[in-house]
Amino acid sequence: MDETVAEYIRRTVLKIPRDEIKTMLQKWGFLSETQLQTINFHQIKENISQDVVQLCEENSADIKQAAVLDIIYNHIYPNKRVWSVYQMNKTGEETEFFDLTDFKKKFKRRLRSALKNVTINFREYEDNAIWIRIAWGTPYTKPNQYKTSYVVYHSQTPYVFVSASVLKSNLPLLCQALVVASNYHDIREMELRSHSLNSLKDIVFKRYSQNFQTYCPRPLQERNVAPESADLRIIQENRHEKERIQRVNREVFGDGPQPQLEFAQYKLETMFKSDSKMDVLDKKEPFRCMVKFSSPHLLESLKSLAPAGMADAPLSPLLTCIPQKARNYFKIREKKSLFPGSFMKIIFKDHYRAWGRRDSWNIDVSKKFPSSFSGY
Amino acid sequence: HLATSLPLPSERDHLRPRIDLIAFMIDIKSKYSLKNVEASLAHVDASFFLGKVCFLVTGVGRVNYCSVEMNAIWKLGEVYCSPVLFCELELEGIRVATAQRLVRMLQICAGHIPGVSALCFGSLMRNSADD
Repeated sequence: MDETVAEYIRRTVLKIPRDEIKTMLQKWGFLSETQLQTINFHQIKENISQDVVQLCEENSADIKQAAVLDIIYNHIYPNKRVWSVYQMNKTGEETEFFDLTDFKKKFKRRLRSALKNVTINFREYEDNAIWIRIAWGTPYTKPNQYKTSYVVYHSQTPYVFVSASVLKSNLPLLCQALVVASNYHDIREMELRSHSLNSLKDIVFKRYSQNFQTYCPRPLQERNVAPESADLRIIQENRHEKERIQRVNREVFGDGPQPQLEFAQYKLETMFKSDSKMDVLDKKEPFRCMVKFSSPHLLESLKSLAPAGMADAPLSPLLTCIPQKARNYFKIREKKSLFPGSFMKIIFKDHYRAWGRRDSWNIDVSKKFPSSFSGY
Repeated sequence: HLATSLPLPSERDHLRPRIDLIAFMIDIKSKYSLKNVEASLAHVDASFFLGKVCFLVTGVGRVNYCSVEMNAIWKLGEVYCSPVLFCELELEGIRVATAQRLVRMLQICAGHIPGVSALCFGSLMRNSADD
């Protein structure tokens, strides 16, 4: 067995949490049950990985099998990578029958014709998802198994999820191969990125709970709203306002859990608007500014802002449109802007841990579970 | 009675008992809470400031996250002639102790302690703070 393959398998096993190693090796299926019985899974990972490599040596593993183990690992822990979403287009209405073998053949051929030194592996999963692992080399060097891109393609949809990792220069080639193999005409990158692959799928396949506009001509007299505190001696004076906020929030965000995103980024290319006393710029040129919201769970944080008293309800549509528009990177321009009222007007009652360079703000909207909202 | 700001909504006026003590809570991590308190103070009748108002500053345990200047708080206490209490709501011991202090003050303000009036107690607290 190749030294590099042995090392690669060893390092892959080391990534896996110790309690999961056995199940993952069983999923891999390369080592037999009897072989797995011989490994002591309670020793330190260093030793477990050595034992695994030893057994793989006996079975003469090659890079193809090692790659499969890597795919399995990434399928179970996709959130360690950053995923972007691409959408493919085809003109014409015909829905062609999807042939998996044809897809794989065309993909490999296209990719290899441009770059000989690539390792390509496929693995199919139940939800029509095809996972493709590509290890990139250069025209002069063998594929580097540690510089991999992952592609997840749901064959019944025009969407592709790509985790490109370091080699951005290979992206056009990858996109081309995908378009050719899947019989589409072109592909474009959507402005949607996150660590959580499942959340990206939820957003794009519209699987999250969406809000439905409910029209109430008169606010309903809610007599049986569950009291926030069980203690009847505590009386909330602003109960109506709180209820209004909950109602508005529910209309905007829906009832279910939100897809998990870590960032929302807004690039402003708008004119600086101020009263004439504050003439910051002599020339009338666009004020370039970037606002980035970051959080372990951005949408849940936004959902809890108004109930926590940190922002007015309803929130700015620029924030609440993120799942519907399936994007979390925005460019806001002066004229022909996405929303009427061209500049971003977010009423934040406090610069909640806002800091920034001269031209950008980073606003940290971290959510502390379970109940209170805070920035630490 | 908990309220997010003053004035209180008028639709509940007939349900409200006499108010004996107003505790304005300022979260030291939020400049907005200070602004909100300052705006609400304008809606308080002058008679309350004879010992029936106090300022409760919360979140003082986390020194790194202070957004509100201490000078601003002391000044508030001085201008409105009312005591300033500090507490940390996240620690149960301090929470309970602060609650007990407030209940004590409330008893005095409501006239339940004979011989001590709200005004007298208020000036006692202020003088001891100055020392």
